[in-house]
Amino acid sequence: MPDVRDALMVAKNTEGRLVRRPLSPFMLGSAYRFQLTSSLSILNRITGVAVSVGTIVLTWWLVAAATSPAAYDTVSGFLRSWIGLLLLFGWSASLFYHLLNGIRHLAWDGGIGFDLPEVHRSGWAVVIGTVVLTVLVWAIGLTVL
Amino acid sequence: MVEFALPANSRVGEGRSFAAPAGTTRVKRFSVYRWNPDDGQNPRLDHFDIDLDACGPMVLDALIKIKNEVDSTLTFRRSCREGICGSCAMNIDGSNTLACLKPIEDIKGAARILPLPHMAVIKDLIPDLSQIYAQLRSIEPWLKADTPPPPDAERLQSPEERKKLDGMWECILCFCCTTSCPSYWWNGDRYLGPAVLLAAYRFIADSRDEAAGERLDALEDPFKLYRCHTILNCTQTCPKGLNPAKAIGEIKQLLVERRT
Repeated sequence: MPDVRDALMVAKNTEGRLVRRPLSPFMLGSAYRFQLTSSLSILNRITGVAVSVGTIVLTWWLVAAATSPAAYDTVSGFLRSWIGLLLLFGWSASLFYHLLNGIRHLAWDGGIGFDLPEVHRSGWAVVIGTVVLTVLVWAIGLTVL
Repeated sequence: MVEFALPANSRVGEGRSFAAPAGTTRVKRFSVYRWNPDDGQNPRLDHFDIDLDACGPMVLDALIKIKNEVDSTLTFRRSCREGICGSCAMNIDGSNTLACLKPIEDIKGAARILPLPHMAVIKDLIPDLSQIYAQLRSIEPWLKADTPPPPDAERLQSPEERKKLDGMWECILCFCCTTSCPSYWWNGDRYLGPAVLLAAYRFIADSRDEAAGERLDALEDPFKLYRCHTILNCTQTCPKGLNPAKAIGEIKQLLVERRT
């Protein structure tokens, strides 16, 4: 589908010749400051993708457990390697972030927490909550294992 | 569509530098976006070193000083210089605001001044707002009523009904919010954006308006309304301290409630 805004990119200059107008800078980070609002929103998207990919790994683990002890050993060996542990760590952090920020979105859908100070408070609460829950789960996990 | 880089003709090059007068003690650098449709070149960033002891306190004062004393070709919109006309909306120091309300001393280091983001540039700091104006027209921002007004009076509102419009009638249509929204950058051809949706809700919430149903019908669309992902850059940036994200949330709520 063509973008109707393309029509605005063409104009006439003083001599009446057609010129192509530039698009003003917009990129987050370089032109527009990363603010808490946009940073947490993008993080929500990224962690959502990470959680989906992590669910495939979980399925792989479950299927292996149902297949044979040898298959289970392969998967569990991979997950216990340092790269497996790193993936699991990233996945658990993503899961907690996405869960907590999901609650934040649920509140907004109910019309609650839209005032800017509340937005900032709930945003930082999600960040801190993610760190606390992730560390807690890994502390428990690593002491039990 | 989602995009992360500027097209080749829009990349910003280094421009000219203008030094402050000799003997200036308090110097501030303003790096200003320039594009001239007549010179056939890419946009550039010109650097103006300004004597703060001979300049007013706001960013708009500095721009006017540059235009008066350094480079009269610098082009920007301004009118009221007190935050009520919405003309001098631009991207200052990485965030959209009104140049007339932005104190220079709030900016650390060089002050970078760009046009409102992801817009077609007419010249220098002037973006083409015709798309947003067309979108505003599309939500029919006027009171609609079938019943005739009382023959001997205006349509009256209770103080409570009037109070519902607070935080919405104050919008000056500067479009700082709309052009701060990543969703609008990428889907602004069909997504209405925060300012226009705030205007739409202003009439939905008005007790004298009788067209709330048809207004909601028109907004119930995956793009017009639901490209809002509650990023909240709009509320963060509004120079008038209004809350477009909340108004959009209320529209979404009304759409859910009327289905039950």
